[in-house]
Amino acid sequence: MSAEVAVLGVGMHPWGKWGRSFVDYGIHAARAALADAGVAWRDVQFISGAATMRCGYPGYVAGATFAQALGWQGAEVNTSYAACASGSQALAAARAKILCGGCELALVVGADTTPKGFLAPAPGERPEDPDWVRFRLGITNPTYFALYARRRMALYGATVADFTAVKVKNAAHGAANPNARYRKRFTAQEVERSAMVADPLRLLHVCATSDGAAAVVLSSLEYARRRDLKAPRIAAISTVTPRFASAEVEMPDIATDSAAAVPSHSFRASIARRAYEEAGLGPQDLSLAEVYDLAASLELDWYEHLGLCAPGEAEGLLRSGATRLGGRLPVNPSGGLACFGEAVPAQALAQVCELVWQLRGQAGERQVQDARAGISANQGLFGHGSAVIVRR
Amino acid sequence: MTSRATAALPGWYTLEEPAALLGSRCLTCGSYFFPRLSTFCRNPHCEGSQFEELRLSRSGRIWSFTNACYPPPPPYLAPEPFVPFAIAAVELERERLIVLGQVVSGVDVAQLAVGMAVELVLETLFRDADGDRVVWKWRPCAP
Repeated sequence: MSAEVAVLGVGMHPWGKWGRSFVDYGIHAARAALADAGVAWRDVQFISGAATMRCGYPGYVAGATFAQALGWQGAEVNTSYAACASGSQALAAARAKILCGGCELALVVGADTTPKGFLAPAPGERPEDPDWVRFRLGITNPTYFALYARRRMALYGATVADFTAVKVKNAAHGAANPNARYRKRFTAQEVERSAMVADPLRLLHVCATSDGAAAVVLSSLEYARRRDLKAPRIAAISTVTPRFASAEVEMPDIATDSAAAVPSHSFRASIARRAYEEAGLGPQDLSLAEVYDLAASLELDWYEHLGLCAPGEAEGLLRSGATRLGGRLPVNPSGGLACFGEAVPAQALAQVCELVWQLRGQAGERQVQDARAGISANQGLFGHGSAVIVRR
Repeated sequence: MTSRATAALPGWYTLEEPAALLGSRCLTCGSYFFPRLSTFCRNPHCEGSQFEELRLSRSGRIWSFTNACYPPPPPYLAPEPFVPFAIAAVELERERLIVLGQVVSGVDVAQLAVGMAVELVLETLFRDADGDRVVWKWRPCAP
């Protein structure tokens, strides 16, 4: 397809709590991606930054901040904010610039420094902001994850043991990942002895918040050909919004749309559908998936929303072993958010880094055999869909 | 509820008993909205811009439920000592929408089930210099 771009290089700063500026992490990841691509920063024509707006702090205007820290060289600049989907939107901006002929070589960077504990909104009395309203009512992020988890239990017979099995699987995957923050293999007993956060989810079912950074170097296919590079290609970037009427109550809303006049639609299922349409691929073509496991139970929802199985069959797919390394379709071979924790604007790019390493056969102990195509899926607060398909 | 009670979220629900959430209904397509809407209908197939304000159904069925075992961060005003509370997502049949809310104090997740009938009541969310500030909460209907 002509609408593809090449991924020449990827890089990360390891996830953790390092106590430094997000700029340091971003530059570390950017330089690693540039070195991986074998290109010089001075030759980059477009820099696209994924931003965090937490507390409205203006220092997080990411694109120019990274450009200055790398050394001003006159590249065109973009900054994208879409909460957890910021990385995909920054990637989409770079792809669009390349495909319209506006540049040949682009650098995309996302980095964050996150506070410990619950993510919370900006201070003040702001009842016009739905994010403020739900926190005033005591409804945190884990509330939503737990509502979906309990719904699976009631509808499909999911058990806490299934959620725990996702965590144990992802912890085993991440144990071999040098960029993961948590590299400990957990037992089911350890997970189920951790403190209850939002029934039925315990602390070790819910992801932490982290510092971290990821960067991707993109080029036109022609640029990659000239340099004789066999680079994986971005085949799709889905950035869809929900469709009225929303079927599930989505963070940070306090209510769904009303389905009194029109049928309801699942937002998460529409995210992957758009990516498949764009790539001309389907779930049967995938070798792996990286999905947004903010809580272990959400990974099961994603199996269905990616079309890896029918609704209600995710627990069966998990129990069959298909989604662990060595299985038919490993999910979160990186270890996922269970091992990384969430560094908001870096997360969607980190997923792409993992897909690229897997497709190049460079994932070491966590390598998926003969990986040919992979999908990432994520979702940003306020209705930002995000899915990327990368193929060899 | 005392006579001094005021709304924690003014304009989102009535204060006189029996309390109800205040929503809007599009006069063109019939979609309901909560919180209220008075500008343009959000159904993309509808050009409506006129709404009637109405009280939403006071009862529904639990779509799902959970609890908060840790004190939420501000702007939640957690009393000391913190007491965990249950939260329910409740499906309103007529409106075909789901609304979140706390469950009344004293009712834990062990007493809840998906599909259970609940009704809306007002209960204190926090107290400040103006007295009790109340909000809607869900209470299991008497069997």
